[in-house]
Amino acid sequence: MKKLWVLPVLLGALAFAQGNTITIGFTVSQTGKYNVESVNQLRGLKLWQKWVNDQGGIPIGGKRYKVALKYYDDESKAERVQQLYSRLISQDKVDFLISPYSSGLTAKAAIISEQYGKIMIATGAASDSIFKLGYENVYQIYTPASRYLTGTLDMLRAADANLKKIAIVYEDSKFAKAVATAAKSYAAKKGFEVVLFEGYPKNTTDFGPIIKKIKAAGAEALVGGGHYADGATFARQLYEQQVPLKLIALLVAPASDEFAQLGDAALGVVAPSQWEPLVKYRQTCGPSPAQFTQMYQEAYGKLPAYRAAGGFAAGLVLQRALMDAGTTDPAKVRAALDAMDVTIFFGRIKFSTDPASHGLQLGHEMVQIQWQKKDGKLAKQIVWPLDAKTADLVYPIR
Amino acid sequence: MPEILASVLDGLLIGLVYGLAAIGLTLIFGVMDVVNLAHGAVIALGMFAVYFLFESGIHPYLGLVIVAAIGLAFGVFVYLIAVRPIIDGPPLMTLLATFSVSMVIIGVGTALWSTSPYNVDFPVKTLNLFGYTVTSARLVAALAAVLVTAFLYTFLYRTTLGKAVRAVANNREAAELMGIPSQQILALAFGIGTALAMLSGALIATLFPFTILSGGIYELKSFVASVLGGLGNPTGALFGGVILGLIEGAVAPFIKVSWTNVIEFVIFVLILLFFPTGLFGGRR
Repeated sequence: MKKLWVLPVLLGALAFAQGNTITIGFTVSQTGKYNVESVNQLRGLKLWQKWVNDQGGIPIGGKRYKVALKYYDDESKAERVQQLYSRLISQDKVDFLISPYSSGLTAKAAIISEQYGKIMIATGAASDSIFKLGYENVYQIYTPASRYLTGTLDMLRAADANLKKIAIVYEDSKFAKAVATAAKSYAAKKGFEVVLFEGYPKNTTDFGPIIKKIKAAGAEALVGGGHYADGATFARQLYEQQVPLKLIALLVAPASDEFAQLGDAALGVVAPSQWEPLVKYRQTCGPSPAQFTQMYQEAYGKLPAYRAAGGFAAGLVLQRALMDAGTTDPAKVRAALDAMDVTIFFGRIKFSTDPASHGLQLGHEMVQIQWQKKDGKLAKQIVWPLDAKTADLVYPIR
Repeated sequence: MPEILASVLDGLLIGLVYGLAAIGLTLIFGVMDVVNLAHGAVIALGMFAVYFLFESGIHPYLGLVIVAAIGLAFGVFVYLIAVRPIIDGPPLMTLLATFSVSMVIIGVGTALWSTSPYNVDFPVKTLNLFGYTVTSARLVAALAAVLVTAFLYTFLYRTTLGKAVRAVANNREAAELMGIPSQQILALAFGIGTALAMLSGALIATLFPFTILSGGIYELKSFVASVLGGLGNPTGALFGGVILGLIEGAVAPFIKVSWTNVIEFVIFVLILLFFPTGLFGGRR
């Protein structure tokens, strides 16, 4: 009985500790098909957490708040995401949310965050449609799908004023379909003729039938793709089947370093990328691109992929909003996010405040990378936009 | 027209590999009435086996022999651990046991190799025959599938051990009365089925990049091919695979690729309506 006094003291200490901690909840696809991309995103977030806590936490209204992360494995499955986000909010009582990886999963998480009125920073999700539903609490870090391939088409037009026939071939996923549909209408504006516009099922391994259609349609360039596995397979088979394309631009896959495993099949392939370690943005808050890259390399022993940068960026944007708001009050933080227009290591961040597309990313731009031979080895080079390029575009590639 | 022909030829070649995978599944079912839900995971293991052999400097086609040996041993091991104790229990038990094996393989595989794609990156020749482009890997894979099937047939119909396997499949009790050690034979059959699955996985790995999750789609195709050919009938399964490949090839030029599966399964249901025991009859 004597020691009963310990209890209130402990509880008090706990309450005090909690009072100075901001808990951020999210799910990670530690298993299932998104495991590579999602774990990269997690690494970025953890690095941000360490970075901000090493500085004593986030300064908000004169106090410093440490950051705690609370996350579960969603197994890359939508139904798990809905369960777990409800749990994060109602049981774990997290203060703010970060999205899972991928547009499909984020769309599910957004429904929950909106139901409970919790602010969610969406990273790893480029779909536009999530932001056309009138949500008030979801903010996008990535360049949205509608602008994913527009830079690629601009680049292609600049490289070849006479090219007409292009094929747009995409994975039947929410994200890739949105990108392809937007690219189709943009292609028409740029004077291209889309001779093939077709989707392929998720998990496709045999691209033979699609490749035959590309050949039959007489396409001179190809844009499309989906996620990593299908994109890598597609690129390899395009090479093996000797399809005479002047340019191949695929989503996601070529932006990963693993793409180099394809050897010669990777050569010349272009990808839009959300971010690359070589970018030269002049940040107004947080670390510079070079500093981030160095921190990441020290922590994980390899170069950060753009998903990892997106994870760090999501944390940083939330941090900036909290600092601007000077409070953790959700309404004020929302106002700070709405008013935000900053350049961080990831690029410019500005959200749409139009009620019809609230939270959609307006500021951030894609860079185009191409796999080129450098000193006999395959290396990614930034080829577009011209003011950010590290090498000239190789064109035509075959 | 040449495009359709090319597409059909492609379908035929890949169909033979589907067929090989299906034989592995149907053999196990035919001999011991076990629906092996670990089939897909084992196919994926075959992919990784050939990948690691290749990385250690062994040519993929040479590696096939080693993969077959590993598959046989692994199959016998799985049988002894997971299937034998419940072989006489209700069918649901073996279904769950093999499903558990599948979950274990995929779980360990994800932990070791993640779900990112691997690629057996060996030089592939591209052949041009009258405007039909085909890779040497595809031709070799189809040829290997045919050879393995021929080898299996010689074993089943020309050797004493093979006859014992067929005897156990026909009537286990009668076979035991004739002095055939049925448990050993069952273990052997499970081993052969697993080896065939791993071999087909190894062949697929020479064609397409793969992940630890890639087996699932081929497991599904194996089921369809087995049922098309008549469950428990290995020849039927091979033809089932070929039919599946041909359907894929023949319909591809005319419809959106996303619809291939729909057409495939509609044809599958139609065939079952008219040939409930499959095109080539059930177990023999």
